[in-house]
Amino acid sequence: MQAVNYARATDVDDAIRLLSEGGENARVLAGGTDLIVQARERKRKVDLLVDVKHVEEFMVLEFDSSTGLKVGAATPLYQVYGDNNVKINYPALVDASTVIGGKAIQGRASLGGNLGNSSPAGDSLAAMIVLGGVATIAGPNGRREVPVGEFCTGPGQNVLESGELIVYISFPPVGDGEGAAWERFIPRNEMDIAVASAGAWVKIEDGSVTDARIALGAVAATPLVASDAAEALIGRPLTDETISSAGDAASAIARPITDMRGSIKQRKHLAKILTERTIRTAVERIR
Amino acid sequence: MVATGKPQYKIIGTRPRRPDGVDKVTGRAQYGADIKLEGLLYGAVLRSPHAHALIKSIDTSKAEALDGVHAVITNADLVGSGQTVQPATAEALEPGKASPRWAAESILAGPKVLYHGHAVAAVAADDVHIAQDALELIDVEYEILPHVVDVQDAMLDGAPILHPQLRTGVRAAGVDTRSDIETNLASHMRLESGDIEKGFAAADLTIEREFTSSQFHQGYIEPQNATAFWSHDGRINIWTSTQGSFMARDATADVLGVPVAQVKVIPMEIGGGFGGKIPIYLEPMAAVLSKKSSRPVKMWMDREAVFQATGPTASSYSKVKIGVTNDGTITAAECLFAMGAGGYPGSPVGAGVMCALAPYKIDNQVIDGLDVVLNTPKTSAYRAPGAPATEYAVESVMDEIAEQLDMDPIDLRLVNVAEEGVKNSSGTPWPKIGAKDVLEAMKSHPHYLSEIQGEDVGRGIAIGFWFNGGMESSSSARVNKDGSIALILGSVDIGGSRASISMQLAETLGVTYEQIAPQVTDTDSVGYTAVTGGSRTTFAGGWVVYELGQMIKAEMISRASKIWDISGDEITYSDEGTVVGPDDAEGNKRAFSFNELASKLQATGGLIAVSASSSHTTQGAAYGGHIVDLKVDRDTGKTEILRYTAIQDVGTAIHPDYVEGQIQGGIAQGVGMALNEEYYYDSDGHLMNGSFLDYRVPVANDLPMLDVEMVEVPNPGHPFGVRGVGEVPIVPPQPTIRNAIYDAIGVRFYHTPMSPRRVLDELL
Repeated sequence: MQAVNYARATDVDDAIRLLSEGGENARVLAGGTDLIVQARERKRKVDLLVDVKHVEEFMVLEFDSSTGLKVGAATPLYQVYGDNNVKINYPALVDASTVIGGKAIQGRASLGGNLGNSSPAGDSLAAMIVLGGVATIAGPNGRREVPVGEFCTGPGQNVLESGELIVYISFPPVGDGEGAAWERFIPRNEMDIAVASAGAWVKIEDGSVTDARIALGAVAATPLVASDAAEALIGRPLTDETISSAGDAASAIARPITDMRGSIKQRKHLAKILTERTIRTAVERIR
Repeated sequence: MVATGKPQYKIIGTRPRRPDGVDKVTGRAQYGADIKLEGLLYGAVLRSPHAHALIKSIDTSKAEALDGVHAVITNADLVGSGQTVQPATAEALEPGKASPRWAAESILAGPKVLYHGHAVAAVAADDVHIAQDALELIDVEYEILPHVVDVQDAMLDGAPILHPQLRTGVRAAGVDTRSDIETNLASHMRLESGDIEKGFAAADLTIEREFTSSQFHQGYIEPQNATAFWSHDGRINIWTSTQGSFMARDATADVLGVPVAQVKVIPMEIGGGFGGKIPIYLEPMAAVLSKKSSRPVKMWMDREAVFQATGPTASSYSKVKIGVTNDGTITAAECLFAMGAGGYPGSPVGAGVMCALAPYKIDNQVIDGLDVVLNTPKTSAYRAPGAPATEYAVESVMDEIAEQLDMDPIDLRLVNVAEEGVKNSSGTPWPKIGAKDVLEAMKSHPHYLSEIQGEDVGRGIAIGFWFNGGMESSSSARVNKDGSIALILGSVDIGGSRASISMQLAETLGVTYEQIAPQVTDTDSVGYTAVTGGSRTTFAGGWVVYELGQMIKAEMISRASKIWDISGDEITYSDEGTVVGPDDAEGNKRAFSFNELASKLQATGGLIAVSASSSHTTQGAAYGGHIVDLKVDRDTGKTEILRYTAIQDVGTAIHPDYVEGQIQGGIAQGVGMALNEEYYYDSDGHLMNGSFLDYRVPVANDLPMLDVEMVEVPNPGHPFGVRGVGEVPIVPPQPTIRNAIYDAIGVRFYHTPMSPRRVLDELL
């Protein structure tokens, strides 16, 4: 890593200006737990770090039972999973944010950073997708909203245009009969990267699934929204059979690669297993 | 603790605090990374992006022109620095001969790069960032060659050839490599005894199986580092993290072609080695960069370089055939082991061959070992080098035999266990060994007697063997006027040897542990001492201080004889460290405590200073037996260790905490090999998982409490009965876990690691 310039943004517009002027090698610094490592290993060229941690809007953590949850792009994970409203209403976020790195990493790392890094294996991504997360993006042309499931376009690639950055991610309020969960498979018990992961959100009314969202991680170039798997549940009573068919549907859309972390066969199988497991956990969590 | 025939000791067997402990936990201890010198430059290394390629040209001119760069070196500079070896020739080597160029080319590539990450050039600059920038300015033109990273593939006809001059002339073990053709087979060894055909003819049951294992890295926390200063008078000082300062000195002098006395190695504290810090890597580079820049140069590896370019252990292919009669008696065994040495010859196959059948009495046996070069990093020693792979294969076949004979697997081993007087595979009779004691302790252990319950839960056992090393060690000691003793050690302290050696000196002299101040010193300040490795340090270091102790006792008696003016023959040195003479003429007792007499040394000829060097070959071989309970998740293929017990003959446990720690550490590494660790290459021969994220050593919560039961069968070849303990425990985990997975899910595995991916491959 070579010496780099550092700028502390004073507000959102200042961050946009710094990023726009800095060009393609200007990067947003939230926790830096991916960025600094990539720069130090010379895997990413960085000329300017734009630190957004001193701007309140990037650091919010707000919950309102009627409007939902708003998490700043740089709000550290330990605040997210340590928050009582998050624990009660969005346990799937806790599932994911407590396993990213270790304790020290969680003191700095953020949901916005995890999303911005756009790794298909990013642990929080599938959880955010099934919770209906929407990223609010600010840039030279104003603000826009992008669902988390549509944010990533490839490994390390996303919809952000030059000068744009994530400000916060919002999640809809949690209604009756709803539950969600997220799980990953790792060969070790901690400090590891997902071979595959899955998130599930289900809404059950009168014994039948009336709505569902399933998402997968680490089984394609981006996190996947598994609509077919959700469709396999919607309108049906929740039985072992419907859960299994949702698992099969998830497995069918997985387009994994074989690499040092897992094989195609293993990942397609895990897509099914993890989908089934998270559906069951999601249902158990319905209050 | 089970002990047989152990004397009553005062210090040995206690658990005092280690002398280096406070410095290490408070960060005061000086490691290689802590070195700061006036005018220090920082080095960086350019590494090969290819697994196998010819170097057509290297242009360093742009790097040299970069502001802040002081020196750039390639293999030509290394060889030009005083090297006495012959220049490169195309002539074929005689069968079995090593090329003198290999040592230098292993440090910085010669005409070819032989593995992804092979060092090609090095830079010294004002700071490490400039040095890294300079690497990007070095132009290397490569001609990419076909590569081979699999040990079986490397032996095939038509395999890419690493060293065109290599010849072996092997005609055995199913290979036919005439001495006039190119080959990747670097050497062959065979151990043979009895009549193998007669042996198999007498068998009621014969089982033959093939096994493979991946490459495993030692995974020490501290990366390799070296700082060197080549002064104007030609003296070279090297500060480094090494398992053997003398070995590092000699190897560096050899590569640089300078007299040994010109090099001084100052060993820093070491953050783990497990055999991987026996070879040198950065030392000669830092020295030559220093010579070129006239400044001290500091270098260290990042983790990726450690994985790419420092010795992992060998990948292996094994074929084991064992014949038994219906009562379980082994009538014959035939084994073939091939190990991948990496880019240059020298896998641990020889040691693996000698260990393979060591637990058993087998009259008819043939063991072949093949050393194979391939396009992976040059392997180095890793904790019981070679033994985990060969004994894994044998212990796996033993488990299948026990099943087919419907015998308890421990009983099968007891029928065949090696004992004192039985000849080993090399034809030498065993001295007193504890293999049977270990098996009996396993059989009666509460873990083995307990019920196992639950779905997909299984239990497995296996035993393991390692020779342990002897070799040279040196120390010196000075008795101060207050009775405190400065103890100078040539052994680098990896696993608590300051403590374990001081305890043996205290026991010898009858003084307290606390009055001994041990210090590890540089190569100019103590006699030659071999590496801290081979489980030899507490054994050999203990021998030397026992000898020092005898010298000190004799000198103390001589001083008392002066003071009392009586013959030394009338004076004795008691176990309590008291020097006692006969009552004087008035009937008064004559006795000095150690400290009293120490206060009179300066008035009776000066303080005592003694030195000793010795090399004993009576190190005791050792055995360990492991028992595991585990559960396999059929959905994910993941194995969870539920309970683990290791029983080991430790000779005499000098410091039981450290003995237990060694055994637990060996198990943890063995579990990693069994379940997750492995080098992963892409189709171009690139190492893809050179990080602790993707090279998965077990983390603390992957393991339950690892229970250790020490069996003490004192080594008759050591004054305190010491046997090495550090290496044995890495041997049994792979077969123990493999045998338990079969018990859990009914699947026999023939490759390690048995990663979740591979378990799923069998189950789906």
